[in-house]
Amino acid sequence: MSSENPNNWPLWEIFIQSKRGLDHKHVGSLHAADADMAIENARDVYTRRQEGNSIWVVKSEHIHASRPEDAESFYDPADDKVYRHPTFYTMPEGAKYI
Amino acid sequence: MTDVKNLEDIFQAKIDAEQKIEPKDWMPDAYRKNLIRQISQHAHSEVVGMLPEGNWISRAPSLKRKAILLAKVQDEAGHGLYLYSAVETMGTSREQTIDDLLSGKAKYSSIFNYPTLTWADIGAVGWLVDGAAIMNQVMLCRTSYGPYARAMVRICKEESFHQRQGYEIMAVLAKGSPEQKEMAQDALNRWWWPSLMMFGPTDANSPHSAQSMKWKIKRQSNDELRQTFIDRTVQQAEVIGLTIPDPDLKWNEETKHYDWGTIDWTEFNNVVAGNGPCNKERLAARNKAHNEGAWVREAAVAYAAKKAKRKAA
Amino acid sequence: MSQALFTYTLRLADDILILSQRLGEWCGHGPILEEDIALTNRALDHLGEARNLLTYAGQVEGKGRTEDDLAYLRMERQYTSVKLVEQPNGDYAHTMVRSFLFDAYHLPLMQALTKSKDEQLAAIAGKSVKEATYHLRASSEWIIRFGDGTEESHQRAQAALDNLWTFTGELFENDLVLEEMTKAGIAPDMTAVKAAWSKTIDEVLAEATLKRPEDGFMATGGRKGLHSEHMGFILAEMQHVTRAYPGVSW
Repeated sequence: MSSENPNNWPLWEIFIQSKRGLDHKHVGSLHAADADMAIENARDVYTRRQEGNSIWVVKSEHIHASRPEDAESFYDPADDKVYRHPTFYTMPEGAKYI
Repeated sequence: MTDVKNLEDIFQAKIDAEQKIEPKDWMPDAYRKNLIRQISQHAHSEVVGMLPEGNWISRAPSLKRKAILLAKVQDEAGHGLYLYSAVETMGTSREQTIDDLLSGKAKYSSIFNYPTLTWADIGAVGWLVDGAAIMNQVMLCRTSYGPYARAMVRICKEESFHQRQGYEIMAVLAKGSPEQKEMAQDALNRWWWPSLMMFGPTDANSPHSAQSMKWKIKRQSNDELRQTFIDRTVQQAEVIGLTIPDPDLKWNEETKHYDWGTIDWTEFNNVVAGNGPCNKERLAARNKAHNEGAWVREAAVAYAAKKAKRKAA
Repeated sequence: MSQALFTYTLRLADDILILSQRLGEWCGHGPILEEDIALTNRALDHLGEARNLLTYAGQVEGKGRTEDDLAYLRMERQYTSVKLVEQPNGDYAHTMVRSFLFDAYHLPLMQALTKSKDEQLAAIAGKSVKEATYHLRASSEWIIRFGDGTEESHQRAQAALDNLWTFTGELFENDLVLEEMTKAGIAPDMTAVKAAWSKTIDEVLAEATLKRPEDGFMATGGRKGLHSEHMGFILAEMQHVTRAYPGVSW
């Protein structure tokens, strides 16, 4: 997606942690000449309403994504592995803290 | 190999099942084109929309109003940015999109080609223009293209204060001195009809509407949204004692809606065609900012390259 | 004492109010959207601080003047800001150098003011320190980018620096008001603030490969309300609506 003009600032993906202890969540993207600037721009663009505690930035070209047509082969096999969920197991009557 | 017809069926089935379309999903060319057109127009509108309101930052009559206006116009820049990013997910760089604006090829909402003549216009723009925009934007939070819908959710959250601050300005003016009330009424008179035009041509004359509805890019028709806006705004005007400039406006007990007059579509077409009061100024201002910013963007890139090189060495 | 405190508080307020007014002119006209947003944040921070200070100045004065009375109903001879902040925006280098020269002064000043014997000023400074830290960081980075960027950006930054340097002396000018405030432990020791300012300037300019101008003739007068001709236009624009409709609310 890089443009013809070399003077265009590259695109960055922005991840913000809204509170300590939570995941960094993708909030959007922006343009910046380098990583420091991307972090500062993210602060100005995406945390104007105190949404942020920590910021990650990743150049968009470094994001590799799975292909939508792989969705079935990627995710459907998990369908029949209910044993991965705690509710699958029957606990003896009266057992506590488990 | 699936053929295009089959892909189209799968695509439409997803839409019908209220699943979002994501950037890497297959989509019909026309859907992509339609979206790029609509989202970039929307982005341009946000950015050009900064100009008529920015016009009053230096003159806001109290420091509180100045701070609110600065924050609001800044939000518009953010919204433009989110929307350009949504366009970029479809493979069109922001630069390309902006080039189309600067060359005059791309359109933006015609409302921003009207001038803000008095302080009350800042109230009217917030109340009416943002009010009309929000009608559209709330609908677009459920649009079928994922990145667009997500940008709109963020925008709607941020916009929630925009209309209120405008209405508050109008309310204060309307109960102020006779001169202030006159200023407010005058602004309402000038912005009312252009605000109604913001919803676009009537459904009968809307070239893109049917397909957009089928693809759930749009989810309500221009006329539906316009009517809801009128019904709400008339009541708000009554509360603050201002008069909607439409002699034909009348509550219809049967339809439970207001009947109203006729939009001057000649004026609408004229402004769209580039003959509005400020079309040239708006485009000139955007071009000037872009051109005068070129060396700044270039310097940042040059410095980033030097820094990266030094780090590598 | 309260007259000096009033004047001193007003000076602090006027500097950032006028700077904010200037920065606000960029809103919608920045070199790229991200920068437009950043610059507006800066204007908003300054405006917020100015409002707190003006409100406090009004209280100190005790004549019932509000932030808006002080901002909108004083003429240029009553404005006490330094001439640096009223200078026109010029190109982006000019705007950034102006902010950098001010930020490098504003941060150590606010840091020192947090220890002021005047609790209200100390509290306002406490809030400003966080913002001022970010402002200085951002403007320093731009100065470095410009200085060490392209030939054109280097030249523009150096020109702005040469042009604005004459306005930096005023930031540290001493007079009776300041002396009284320093003695009372309200204003900080300005030699320390100046030393911090000078160190920042040297470090950043060195990294930016820009030349620190010689200390030649230094402009003066702002603190006494003797401004450049720009000031009248700034205030005319800022105040005209408010003055045209006296005594109403907005």
